[in-house]
Amino acid sequence: MSDTGSDVWMQLRRFTPARIGLGRVGGSLPTRALVEFELAHAQARDAVHAALDPDALAQELQKQGFGWPILVRSEASDRMEYLLRPDRGRALNATSREGLQQFVPGRRGCELAVVIADGLSAQAPARHAASLLREMRALSDLLGEGTVFILATLARVALGDQIGELLQAKAVLVLIGERPGLSSPDSLGAYLTWAPRVGRTDAERNCVSNIRPEGLSYPEAARKLLYLLGEAQRLQLSGIQLKDDSESLPARLP
Amino acid sequence: MAYSITAAGRTHTFRDLKTLLAKATPARSGDALAGIAAENEEERVLARMALAEVPLARFLDELLIPYEDDEVTRLIIDTHDRAAFALIGNLTVGAFREWLLDPATDTETLARTASGITPEMAAAVSKLMRNQDLILAAQKCRVVTRFRNTLGLPGRLSVRLQPNHPTDDVRGIAASMLEGLLYGCGDAVIGVNPASDSLRAVIGLLDMMNGFRERYEVPTQTCVLAHVTSTLCAIERGAPVDLVFQSIGGTEKTNRSFGVALATLEEARSAALALHRGTVGDNVMYFETGQGSALSADAHEGVDQQTCEARAYAVARHFQPLLVNTVVGFIGPEYLFDGKQIIRAGLEDHFCGKLLGLPMGCDVCYTNHAEADQDDMDTLLTLLAVAGVNFVMGVPGADDVMLNYQSTSFHDALYARAVLGLRRAPEFEAWLERMGMASTRGELLAPEAEQRLLPAAREWLR
Repeated sequence: MSDTGSDVWMQLRRFTPARIGLGRVGGSLPTRALVEFELAHAQARDAVHAALDPDALAQELQKQGFGWPILVRSEASDRMEYLLRPDRGRALNATSREGLQQFVPGRRGCELAVVIADGLSAQAPARHAASLLREMRALSDLLGEGTVFILATLARVALGDQIGELLQAKAVLVLIGERPGLSSPDSLGAYLTWAPRVGRTDAERNCVSNIRPEGLSYPEAARKLLYLLGEAQRLQLSGIQLKDDSESLPARLP
Repeated sequence: MAYSITAAGRTHTFRDLKTLLAKATPARSGDALAGIAAENEEERVLARMALAEVPLARFLDELLIPYEDDEVTRLIIDTHDRAAFALIGNLTVGAFREWLLDPATDTETLARTASGITPEMAAAVSKLMRNQDLILAAQKCRVVTRFRNTLGLPGRLSVRLQPNHPTDDVRGIAASMLEGLLYGCGDAVIGVNPASDSLRAVIGLLDMMNGFRERYEVPTQTCVLAHVTSTLCAIERGAPVDLVFQSIGGTEKTNRSFGVALATLEEARSAALALHRGTVGDNVMYFETGQGSALSADAHEGVDQQTCEARAYAVARHFQPLLVNTVVGFIGPEYLFDGKQIIRAGLEDHFCGKLLGLPMGCDVCYTNHAEADQDDMDTLLTLLAVAGVNFVMGVPGADDVMLNYQSTSFHDALYARAVLGLRRAPEFEAWLERMGMASTRGELLAPEAEQRLLPAAREWLR
């Protein structure tokens, strides 16, 4: 007695990505809908537990002309500890910290630190980070000299604060894998923090989320981020005071 | 004051009541993250043995968070009903557990005692209770609330219809709402989490849902789950606000992190009451809570997450809500690691809320980074339905495409009704029958019978 074929539901499904019109057998899910849900959950679970391949992504960034990024790692020892101890994902391990302390900036210092991080979905930066950055470079010269690229693993958003502070960056842009949804295992989030330093709160950041071809496209995301960067530079701040034309932060950060 | 227990020839001492409660709590990742959990299994049980001997009256003398520092503590102490407490005032925590399980302690006795129980007493006794104890005792509690229909009656289970959309598209939300209604969901509330907190979006959604409800005379209430200050602004602009929503926590600091204080909630409640929109009652508040929110805001004051959660219920109780929803698995594995911890927390929250006299519902849910799946949700849904939960969520296909987590679906509600014979709110049940969507016994009719709502709604969607 499955009614998946109903014309009306086909019409209504155009308006939303929600799982409507699945049909029912008595009160239960038809088998097709059941296994499709399980597939989506399996993909999301695999995305959470997958590790980022830093060398592959570094090569991609170099190929695109962004240079070889500085590789850093958080204090979390593995994926499980990363999930259970968000505090460790917000702090650099000793080797990475020392590495950044010895960093010698170029002639223009560090205008912007771009941190590409695995977060809760390593697939997201692997698939979208280089494309997004290429789009941003095409629209503006903000990513030129004075921008330092960092690739961070087992990282939370706030790791960017410590990285930015050590590099004495004016601003940090963290491109990070968001918590995978059932229909979006590879959604990239971008978090901008002006004058980064350890202890910045989430209210002091601006966020552009759901960056992926099926969500917010690369050109749209690039335009939003460049707008935010420009405004942050002009006002010398980021966060809720920049809120008007940007997105509000999601309930929970990666 | 220190608490000691001698067992197996050794004496173990716990520094104070706060420490004792934290150590006695069933294992969960949030308390370990906060560094207050028991160091091993033995210490956890020793703490429970010591806790069993603590008199309930002790909780009125040794406050976990100082009275001077925290308005939630002040609310708990200042509104404590000494007369109601007299019924249980001479019991220890261990004896309180036995009193709750005693068949002589019936629904009426529990209702009379509720205002004498503090959240700390409820949390303490829950730590000594097994899952079956939490179910048995909660099942005896009845909390009935009313706005445009009657929720919480025996043998009933209601559903909050949650038609969220990633960009608040009004037609997308309407499509999910329509399907939910055709599945017989929405008697608790039709409640949307807005993706944007912009006032214009909030008012647009309120108008759409209210227009639909009036046109089809649906005996339910609608709500946009925006921040309380946005809802207040919407009321000032004349928007059709049935319920005031707010997320709350169990410490003053947690509430500050949510941008609210008790005074804000009082102001919003008065504003909603002044609209006189309820037809059968005036419970106008809708609260959401969840273990871990205090720690997440760095506002737990060294108190374990389950006790913080119970304290949030004291805040809720003060405002006579229509609905209180513990969003149990939303927060993530650093607070509730897996299915086992989520199930346990859901049962604890439901029990503590009911014991304190709240209309408890539960968002039976999990995120994709928690060690949980649909089987765990089936288990918790079934247990809560047996325990008499007032309401659960209804999300299309269990997949919330805006908040990116999995909750219970329209189908799940039909499952719970089928296996346990649970019915919808009486006014809503009668409406479904009038619309030709369900039989007199509440069973959904075949798709053909849906035609009274669906074709009309199609027109309305244009």
